[in-house]
Amino acid sequence: MSTFDNPFDPARRLRNGACSCGQHASQSEHEATLQLSCDIPATEDKRYEGVVASAVMRAVFPKEIARRAFLKSVGASSALAALSQFFPIKTATEVFAQGAGKLEKTDLKVGFIPITCATPIIMADPLGFYKKQGLNVDVVKTAGWAVIRDKTINKEYDAAHMLAPMPIAISLGLGSQPIPYTVPAIENINGQGITLAMKHKDKRDPRDWKGFKLAIPFDYSMHNYLLRYYLAEHGIDPDTDVQLRSVPPPEMVANLRADNIDGFLAPDNICQRAIYDGVGFMHILSKEIWDGHPCCSFAASKEFITTSPNSFAALTRAIVDATAYASKAENRKSIAEAIAPAAYLNAPPVVLEQVLTGTYADGLGGIKTDAKRVDFDPFPWQSFAVWMMTQMQRWGQIKGDVDYKGVAEQIYLATDTAKVMKEMGLSPPATSYKSFAVMGKSFDPEKPKEYLASFKIRKAT
Amino acid sequence: MTFSLRFRAAVVSIAIFLAFIGVWHLATRQTASVGTMSPEYAKLMGLTATSGKSAMPGPLDVGAKLWEHLKRPFYDNGPNDKGLGIQLAYSIGRVGLGYLIAVIVAIPLGFLIGMSPLMNKALDPFIQVLKPISPLAWMPLALYTIKDSSLSAIFVIFICSVWPMLLNTAFGVAAVRKEWINVARTLEVGTFRRAFTVILPAAAPTILTGMRISIGIAWLVIVAAEMLVGGTGIGYFVWNEWNNLSITNVIIAILMIGIVGMLLDQILARFTRMVTFPE
Repeated sequence: MSTFDNPFDPARRLRNGACSCGQHASQSEHEATLQLSCDIPATEDKRYEGVVASAVMRAVFPKEIARRAFLKSVGASSALAALSQFFPIKTATEVFAQGAGKLEKTDLKVGFIPITCATPIIMADPLGFYKKQGLNVDVVKTAGWAVIRDKTINKEYDAAHMLAPMPIAISLGLGSQPIPYTVPAIENINGQGITLAMKHKDKRDPRDWKGFKLAIPFDYSMHNYLLRYYLAEHGIDPDTDVQLRSVPPPEMVANLRADNIDGFLAPDNICQRAIYDGVGFMHILSKEIWDGHPCCSFAASKEFITTSPNSFAALTRAIVDATAYASKAENRKSIAEAIAPAAYLNAPPVVLEQVLTGTYADGLGGIKTDAKRVDFDPFPWQSFAVWMMTQMQRWGQIKGDVDYKGVAEQIYLATDTAKVMKEMGLSPPATSYKSFAVMGKSFDPEKPKEYLASFKIRKAT
Repeated sequence: MTFSLRFRAAVVSIAIFLAFIGVWHLATRQTASVGTMSPEYAKLMGLTATSGKSAMPGPLDVGAKLWEHLKRPFYDNGPNDKGLGIQLAYSIGRVGLGYLIAVIVAIPLGFLIGMSPLMNKALDPFIQVLKPISPLAWMPLALYTIKDSSLSAIFVIFICSVWPMLLNTAFGVAAVRKEWINVARTLEVGTFRRAFTVILPAAAPTILTGMRISIGIAWLVIVAAEMLVGGTGIGYFVWNEWNNLSITNVIIAILMIGIVGMLLDQILARFTRMVTFPE
């Protein structure tokens, strides 16, 4: 269940993996059968209350079954009443919405890369989410991931849009000197796809892809790990059977047109742009590899958090609030319009609309619909970080032993707002690890070593 | 009757230009329509996919877009979207500053090297090693140590435009006729006075040639530097439009970069003519 779903709905799950009743492969299938409409709260007060209530419910009922049984027996309204008895949800919501202390710094700079993953960071500016928190934020378009990293380290940016594994890589000192970074919120989940050149439209089985040249945006990215995972599951060794290249997203489309590469795993707006320009087609969405996978993160250095805790809290609230707004299907069209201008994504609105609403041309003449093509859920599950570290090890980016939990807990500030909530007297969720399935294979965050050992294809180290 | 050479050259220039535009227009014309697709599907696709429009813009597209830019060159929509005029101004500002620092460093140092054979020999290996380094190779180092992207861009301009000025100044100073210096010596002119009244005017044309080469290099470098660090400037504009795969805007930016580069070069050329003297 997403942070923004109604926690008092017994039919919804608090955690991902299969569906809530257990009879369907996925939650979306389950919902399609039951015609369940998930009523996400409309007003912002309600939205905040939802975030707080979710956290409280997670804390009170760490076990999914117990929560469901409790809700089934007493009903949602009495559950809310009972919970309010010993936890002041209303007050907590007010504190969450308003913030606790005086802002140390109101003029902030946040860097972003122009892709749809940055949607919450970007839209918070034109739609006024930063202003609501009393912040004057400049969102600054940045030329590349390495520049984002350097500008955040140089303190030109107070916080930035980063690929979810980047803060781990930076904190561990992979590709740079180690600097403590944190992820207070995940920017988006899903929202990537594998796009292939038109000439491969009959080669839909990855087993036929030997010798392909495929592009990814950055080495420390979910794109890299997901593509490698997908290839390896189909018996293709990503290090020897295909060529993986790090290519900036706009060059991916140009290279695909020029026939220099056979395909890429990239952010949805780049995939859709290739389709829009008629140079490629959508092979699969990344959510078909791992439904609910994290993609980009909202990152800040530990230093910013310690020197300006209140500003950091306000910023995180603005991001969480924007993420909540973005998670609602009915807002997606207006968001696409808000972030399309040259100052933000600088892309044709029709492309962004297809990405955000999930009704899109697949490049082969068909129109597909998947409302969760890209979705927004800020909770930085520490198990996500653990999974990423298993993949960093699997492909030889980290050598030797890893203190999975230690690193995950330092970097992924569990609750999208763990720190924020704690400062406001809230108890963060009891658990910040959840298991999930990647291509049908379940991942137990308690046993990363066993998980790593279970892969046949991996770099021998 | 015969026309002046100037007039005939202008006619040929215009003819070449028109031929170029004509070929460009023909090459990027809309090709035949591509297959049939349902109207709903077509609505989600771009013109290249639906009507076979060339991926390369034609001269008319570029002209229309250029007119749009020229109509409002100084608009400012926040940190990421500014008019072409503002972007160019940022770039020129950076180039000007980096170049100025290079002048301040290179000319006195060039004098020193030119006047002292010892320093010439001693510094030569360093200059030879540093001179061929590409501007972009400096960028990560600059970002990492200076810790400010704007200053890093200026530093890169400086480090790349300093060498031609330095070498030309040194060469010009060393090549001043011995007779002139000897005359100054017999008149018991001091070192500083000799440098300013005899050597500087004599070496000025060579020095300015170095400065002219340098401004060209500085302008070459700024585009690459701004593409790398982003933020503002014409290089950032190119990167931003490349992100949007808007080849039209990229072409416009290239045109603008060329024109500004030419103007900068012409200004220096005029200065060079001013200090050149007949022997």
